[in-house]
Amino acid sequence: MAAVMPAPAASRQLMSGNEAVARAVWESGAKVAAGYPGTPATEMMEVLATYPDIYTEWSVNEKVSLEVAIGASMMGSRSFSAMKHVGLNVASDALMTLTLTGVAGGLVIAVADDVGLSSSQNEQDSRHWGRFAHVPMLEPSDSQEAYDMARYAFELSEEYQVPVILRLTSRICHVKGLVKVGERVEHKATGFSKNAERWVMVPGHAKRRIPLMFQREQELKRLSDQSPLNVLEPGTDRRVAFITSGPAYMHVREAFPDAPLLKLGFSYPWPLEKVAALAQMADAVVVVEEVEPVLETELKAAGFAVHGKDILPRTGELAPEVVKPAIERLLRKEAAPEPESAQSLPPLFPRPPTLCASCPHMGIYYTLSQLKNLTIAGDIGCYTLGAGHPWNSLDSTICMGASMGVALGMDKGRGEADRNKRIVAVIGDSTFMHMGMQGLLDITWNRGNVTILLLDNGTVGMTGGQNTPANGRDIHGLQAPRIDFPKLIEALGVKPERIRVVDPYELPVLFKTVRDETKIDDVSVIIANRPCVLTEDFKPFRPYVVEEDKCTGCGNCVEVGCPAIHVTRREKVVKASGKEVDLAFTRIDSVACTGCGLCVQPCAPEAIVHFAPAGQVISIQPA
Amino acid sequence: MPNTTNILVCGIGGQGVMTATEILSEAAIAEGHDVKKTEVAGMSQRGGVVTSHLRFGPKVLSPQIAPGTADVLLGFEAAEALRWAHYLKPGAMALVNDARLVPPVVELGLFKYPDDPIGDMRARGVKTVSFDAATIARDLGDLRLGNTVMLGAIADQLPFSAEVLLECIVKRFARKGENVVEMNRKAFAAGRTAAQAATPATA
Repeated sequence: MAAVMPAPAASRQLMSGNEAVARAVWESGAKVAAGYPGTPATEMMEVLATYPDIYTEWSVNEKVSLEVAIGASMMGSRSFSAMKHVGLNVASDALMTLTLTGVAGGLVIAVADDVGLSSSQNEQDSRHWGRFAHVPMLEPSDSQEAYDMARYAFELSEEYQVPVILRLTSRICHVKGLVKVGERVEHKATGFSKNAERWVMVPGHAKRRIPLMFQREQELKRLSDQSPLNVLEPGTDRRVAFITSGPAYMHVREAFPDAPLLKLGFSYPWPLEKVAALAQMADAVVVVEEVEPVLETELKAAGFAVHGKDILPRTGELAPEVVKPAIERLLRKEAAPEPESAQSLPPLFPRPPTLCASCPHMGIYYTLSQLKNLTIAGDIGCYTLGAGHPWNSLDSTICMGASMGVALGMDKGRGEADRNKRIVAVIGDSTFMHMGMQGLLDITWNRGNVTILLLDNGTVGMTGGQNTPANGRDIHGLQAPRIDFPKLIEALGVKPERIRVVDPYELPVLFKTVRDETKIDDVSVIIANRPCVLTEDFKPFRPYVVEEDKCTGCGNCVEVGCPAIHVTRREKVVKASGKEVDLAFTRIDSVACTGCGLCVQPCAPEAIVHFAPAGQVISIQPA
Repeated sequence: MPNTTNILVCGIGGQGVMTATEILSEAAIAEGHDVKKTEVAGMSQRGGVVTSHLRFGPKVLSPQIAPGTADVLLGFEAAEALRWAHYLKPGAMALVNDARLVPPVVELGLFKYPDDPIGDMRARGVKTVSFDAATIARDLGDLRLGNTVMLGAIADQLPFSAEVLLECIVKRFARKGENVVEMNRKAFAAGRTAAQAATPATA
């Protein structure tokens, strides 16, 4: 992304929560910012990379990104790290010791929870980290607050020498609202001060830091009770009072505009004195929190009689249409009638996300779906869609890089029933570098029998095409050292003759390579290298069409799973053998087709041909 | 909240739903409103269901439109408009591109695409105005104008004048040159005309 002129100070901008955080980090004079892409956090780093006077990087994983921020903080610079909820699991090893050393330059960690699981393998509540790591947590409820709190987070971090977690959710990250922005204030690095007892966490040093950590937590507790970010809003509707934070605050206020309410912006440590004051204001208190009963449990332990997950869901967003009927039921009224609207509809077809036309992963999954006797450990990325129709090719997905260890465990743990199964792992380039490399080393070292498909499309595709060491470009798109996968994989212990590089558009070669390698009792890595079609590295080919008179309705092309292939009519015929078969005659949407040719190869009657005359390339990419 | 206008825009990933809503947001801001805009786009980039919620008024709290409370629905695809029709207030209007984008799960024979999604909406009491945005755009010379055609179609259903919205479109395309601006003006007018022509006299 090219550097742009930041919007002028004091102007009001329509900004997403992610954009607002990025702006605040820049204005706070941060010198270093690092992260790994992950929905809904990605845009924080993407936008920060467009600002001047700040070092930004995509790190290979979240743990490294936090460690980069820690190093910068040790030098006395302000630093920032951004990640999605599962990213903080990866980075937590660093966090749990960072809380002992504390920080020099202000260090803010923005963590974005995917409440409602729009694009994640699980739904977690990152507020647990506040208590677990004994660090303060701030929770904005819209873009303006995200901006204000990110700026305050740096001040708080420096005043108490503590890392501060800014907890966001999808409904903060991806909601746009108006934000009044300010000016960047330079923050000079104060310099490294050598102090082994402070920065070298060996047991003797760590033991002396633990009491300091708890002392700090006590001080933060007092601060939380006085913090203007924890707002007690008296109300006139005294049937029920609410304690809430984040986007749930907006939902509750929408549904109950006049109820007394404690809005938590400084949500760890908990402001118990303000809770006690709120409890006096109504007959009942309900904690509305996304998603776990974190605060509710603490309040009950502290002796407060509150409602929470006894009446509200433990998963998903607490939108007004969820909160309102639950509260009305609590008040022993009739359940709120559904708002009058068009009658409920018969169930419509689902529209799951698809692989793109010409996506190189399609060749992989078409091949895997045609092979028998495989058990396939999958991983995290666009290629997780291989678990869906028509391929149904993945047998597991756990977390970033897990395909490696899971495949080895499948190999070592197999019983008689699976003796003849061939174990395959499928992993993308960025996921491999994030957390897959160690798993591969474990496979080679422990003599596993696994065939690994490394899908190198040269980008982090699922989050919008961020650069990686696999495409040799940095966060700004500038040239950077490019990883050599065959060399890396050989260094990790795979025999050179078991490292195969194939073109995923060449189905016969791909098919033969996968079949051959899975038959060999050794570790093989098959590298499929075609660029993601949504990146600048992809150059579209000439589109194809189906010649109607030649199409026999075999339906083989439909099994490729390309979204540009459509069925024009279906027929049932009875073969000479008496067997009834379904025919599907097809056409190709030539506007969507980018000519990868995957569908041409299984087409029995050779009915799929180029649309335009040779030599004429039709670009369908938007200008 | 009273005095809040709720606009729901729906379609599939890659159609320009988010950009259209962004331009509508800019128009609402130009009119001095508080604005919140949110979307849920599922995993991966293309082909999935996308809805974009736009709320504006003196002060907007929750960014989400609750079912049964949308003032107007702008549908970029026929079956998607049907999928989200229950978000409309009773008697509210849907402006729908009648294009049918059929996903692979339907082509594989696993599910059925409705025979007449627009008719289904009308049968359920939704005031539905449908038109062929892709053909209008193609006739103007560029498929990519479809987005502006859609904005033209909704222009007469907003609590501010169509010109405010057109100004925001012009501003967005200004750096691409006078020709692109002119094409977008035409597309906006054509979308507006198409929606007016398709609106029943009783609507």
